[in-house]
Amino acid sequence: MTSQTGPDVLAGPPRPGILTRVLRAREFTLALLLLLITLGTAAVNPRFLGVGSVRDLLLNVSVIGLLVVGQTVVLLMRHVDLSVSSVVGLTAFLTGSLFIAVPGLPVPVALLFGLLLGAGLGVVNGLLVAYGRVPALVATLGTLYVFRGVTYAVVSGGQVNASNLPAAFLGFGTGSVLGIPNLVLLVLAIMVAFGVYLGSYRGGREYYAVGSNTDAAVLAGIDVTRRTLTGFVISGAIAGLAGVLYLARYGTVDATAGTGLELQVIAAAVVGGVSIGGGVGTVAGAGIGALLLGVIGSALVTLRAPAFYQQAIQGALLLLAISVDIIVSRRTAQRLQIEGQHHTPQAGTTQTGGPA
Amino acid sequence: MRRLRLGWEATILGLVVVALLVGALLSPDFLTASNLSFLTANFSEIALMVLTMTLLIIVAEIDLSVASILGMCSALLGVLWAARVPMPLAILLTLGAGGLAGLFNGLLVTRLGLPSLAVTIGTLALYRGLAYALLGDRAVADFPPAYTNLGFGTVPGTMIPIPIALFAVLAVITALVLHATAFGRSLYAIGANEVAARFAGLRVERVKLILFVGSGLMAALAGVVYTFRFSSARADNGVGLELGVIAAVLLGGVSIFGGRGSVVGAVAAVFLIGIINGALTIVDVPGEILTIVTGLLLIGSVLVPNLLARVRARRRGREAVG
Repeated sequence: MTSQTGPDVLAGPPRPGILTRVLRAREFTLALLLLLITLGTAAVNPRFLGVGSVRDLLLNVSVIGLLVVGQTVVLLMRHVDLSVSSVVGLTAFLTGSLFIAVPGLPVPVALLFGLLLGAGLGVVNGLLVAYGRVPALVATLGTLYVFRGVTYAVVSGGQVNASNLPAAFLGFGTGSVLGIPNLVLLVLAIMVAFGVYLGSYRGGREYYAVGSNTDAAVLAGIDVTRRTLTGFVISGAIAGLAGVLYLARYGTVDATAGTGLELQVIAAAVVGGVSIGGGVGTVAGAGIGALLLGVIGSALVTLRAPAFYQQAIQGALLLLAISVDIIVSRRTAQRLQIEGQHHTPQAGTTQTGGPA
Repeated sequence: MRRLRLGWEATILGLVVVALLVGALLSPDFLTASNLSFLTANFSEIALMVLTMTLLIIVAEIDLSVASILGMCSALLGVLWAARVPMPLAILLTLGAGGLAGLFNGLLVTRLGLPSLAVTIGTLALYRGLAYALLGDRAVADFPPAYTNLGFGTVPGTMIPIPIALFAVLAVITALVLHATAFGRSLYAIGANEVAARFAGLRVERVKLILFVGSGLMAALAGVVYTFRFSSARADNGVGLELGVIAAVLLGGVSIFGGRGSVVGAVAAVFLIGIINGALTIVDVPGEILTIVTGLLLIGSVLVPNLLARVRARRRGREAVG
């Protein structure tokens, strides 16, 4: 029976060539935009591509760039994690306090501490969403408050200064390998690992399946509840790690550390093509989204845009990116649908990535 | 589920009474008119924005840009006043700007079909940026006493703060619109099932557009109130208030998925947060506890009914088996 249906039906329409696929990929459009902005700014002010300013830019983007990886995992499942900013604040401060208590603490232990603490906070979110059936927006808005309140209670007016931190840790924050800052290397490694995991491993693909169609995912034998819990634990662990990097980067942390990061992270993911409707997006796209927002920000500074106009321009560009993305992806979906009808009906069920 | 939700509104109202009683036990000054007046005035801007946010969330949309519209309008009011525009005209222009900001959100959502969460994250940055473009880091503070009195004065002969009196009138109007008009009922229909609502002939896009404009207008009004209450127009006025507004709406039993909720619940939730805040302040409990309590209440408002429903379902299942 199965041999009769044959490979023809399964193959669907003939796959477009690799060049067409690359050109159609969202990451390509974004990377092109990134290149245009970078070269355009450098043409006006060559110092934009100087070693120092590129290094600063990458360091500034690294915390958001890391957070956006965890957020992507959660967004793929049509959930959201608003609590990341509070997780960053709490882990940054507690890691700093740990250094004050144990001055000789090795750097890897600090990273592991942040990771585990963040994972623990992620478990709270995950349990609420996966087992308590609390919508992620409500649950993580709630924990955004709770974690921040706990931070205020723990900090109680104090702060961690660079003078409290051991030289080894500060050295890790400012150090580099072959000219590339340590923090950037760490973030890149995590991005690549998650990019590969989400793209090519069964567990990773399950996040897409859950977000595309939860009922179908259940029927396909995916344990949606456990997958959801795992997703929030990953997001929390990454946010915890980001908290340690935040401490390493800035040295000074008070109770407000990280406030408001959540919206920047979601903005970066959305610009990078991760749909808040679930099931669509890649870590590479999200990372480029974070980089794009960072480059736009620093290009505006380099081009001497009046300081008070910069945020407005960034907001306008963000809106533009979202609008163009939706329009382009809708066109693509329509075209695929037409092509699909032409060749074989099965291909008509393309994920459109439309509005939530 | 519907009964459960109404039960939640009663629970919130009960918690308001409990919070008042606990406050009275903690301090004899708590239930005095002047203290209650002070603590309710403190959340008048959030209360105003809660009204239109309730309607938006009932149609399954959201407006994260409200606090930025508040800041932009506050800055605009300051700029206009500093340019010697007569105050009534300045207020009208400010409200107009808020309405336009809401219209822009609404057009992006209804014409381009963009998700409102994404759109309003964008305009959250845009409108806050415009506030800075208007006023920079300057502040305008020389507002005439006749107007600043509107911000922190009370209705003559009572201890009711003027902003809260304004809020009460608007709350009644909003409740009547939502619960007693065809327009209000259409919001539930759209929120529960947009496709079905469209097939039933409801003009979904127009309804949503009206709600976004209303949200912008209300945020502008909150901006005027904020400016007068603190007698200061600054570009960073109201930063971060959007999450407080959304928390109050959700705590009030409005479903984030749309189609369910009431003005009574949302208003009760605002008062609950405000009263707990006041009660904790009067006994010098640090503010961070309030942050934690708000978060826990928010989570509990959905988690507790969910868990009760599950326990009930399990019990029923066991009875059926036995």
